[in-house]
Amino acid sequence: MRSRRNSGSTFELLPVLTASDHESRPDLRALFFAFSSVGLSGFGGVLPFARRMLVEERCWMDAEEFNTLLGLCQFLPGPNVVNLAVVVGKRYRGLPGAIVAPVGLLLGPFLIALLLALLYDAFGRQPVVQGVLRGVAAVGVGLLFAMAWRMASALRDKAVFLPFTALTVLAIAFWRWPMPWVMLLGLLGAGGLAYWRLGSNSVR
Amino acid sequence: MIVLQLFLEFGLLSFVAFGGATALLPEMHRVVVEHHHWLDDTTFTHLYAIAQAAPGPNVLVVTLIGWKVAGLAGAIAATLAMCLPMSVLIYLLIDRWQGFAGCRWQKAVSLGVAPLAIGLIFSGATLIAQAAQFGWASWGLVAATVLANLRSKLHPLWFIVVGAILGGLALA
Repeated sequence: MRSRRNSGSTFELLPVLTASDHESRPDLRALFFAFSSVGLSGFGGVLPFARRMLVEERCWMDAEEFNTLLGLCQFLPGPNVVNLAVVVGKRYRGLPGAIVAPVGLLLGPFLIALLLALLYDAFGRQPVVQGVLRGVAAVGVGLLFAMAWRMASALRDKAVFLPFTALTVLAIAFWRWPMPWVMLLGLLGAGGLAYWRLGSNSVR
Repeated sequence: MIVLQLFLEFGLLSFVAFGGATALLPEMHRVVVEHHHWLDDTTFTHLYAIAQAAPGPNVLVVTLIGWKVAGLAGAIAATLAMCLPMSVLIYLLIDRWQGFAGCRWQKAVSLGVAPLAIGLIFSGATLIAQAAQFGWASWGLVAATVLANLRSKLHPLWFIVVGAILGGLALA
C-alpha cells in the first residue's frame, strides 16, 4: 500500500506501460464492481486505490489523463473520489455510467457505515467502547494534524500563502464564522493574490 | 422535516467542501452540534472515530451524522446532499474542462484554495480535540501519532489499531 506522499514518483513511470491499451470500454457491471472494490479497500481516503485500479490494474486511462482528471476533481469542491467516479463513468457509459460508478463506490461503505452505526447504538454506552472510540479519535486527530503539516510543507510560496492558513484557522476554529463566508472571503483574498502573481510571472 | 433541513444544510456545505469531507468537519460540527443541537459533542467525536475506523471514502462521516440525526432517511439524505450537487455539476462541466484546464483563473483558484484547505483540516483537528475534551494521555497519543506518521510510512490503519487498543485499555 502506498501513501499519498511517495506515490507521485512511482506514478510518473507508468505511461510507458499502459498508454497503449486503455481503449477497452468497460460495461456498467465492470464499472460498478471496479469502483466497489476501490470503495471497500481504502481506510482514511481511497484515492490511491482509485489510481491503482484505473491506471495500473484495469488500464482504463493512462497516468497523464488520471492526473488531469484528478486536477479537476480536486479543484472542484465535494468528495474528490466521488467526482472522479462520475467522470470515469460518464466517459465510458454516458449517464448510466456516471450513476453506476459512484453508486458502486459508495454502496458497500454506506452499508458498512450503517452496520457500525447500529452497533454503536447498541453498545456505544459501554465504557470499553467509549474508550476505544476515544483512542481512535485521538489517533484521527493526530493524523489530521500530520496531514495539515504535510500539506503546509508542500505549499508553494509559504510566506505569501501561509498567512491565509492562519486566518482560516482563526476564523473557523476560534471565531466560529460560517464556513461559506470564510471560503468566499478566503478565495477572493488568496485566489486574487495568486491571480495577480500569476500575471506578474513570479509564480508559474 | 428534519430530513429536509439536513439535506439543505449539507447540500449547501457541499459547495464549499474544498478538500473533501475532512475539511468540512469544523463546519459540520458548527451546524450539527452548536447551531441545531442535533448531536452532542461526545456523539460527534464518536461518529468521527467510527468513520476513521471504517473502510471507504472520508465522506462516510456524513452518512453517520445523518443516521444519528434522522435514521435511515437521514443517512441517505445527508450522503446524497454531500455528493449529488457537485456530481451533477461535474457531469455537465467535464467536457469543457479541456478548454479551461491550465488557464490563469483556474490556476489561481487551485493555488488559493490550498492554504485555506490546510487551515480547515487544522481547525477540524482542533475542534475534535476540544469536543472530545482530551486529557494529557489523549494529547500524548495525538503527539505520538503526528510524529510517527510524519517520520514513517506505516499505513494509517496501524495507528488506528494502536489507538483502539490503548483506548480500550483506558490509556488514552
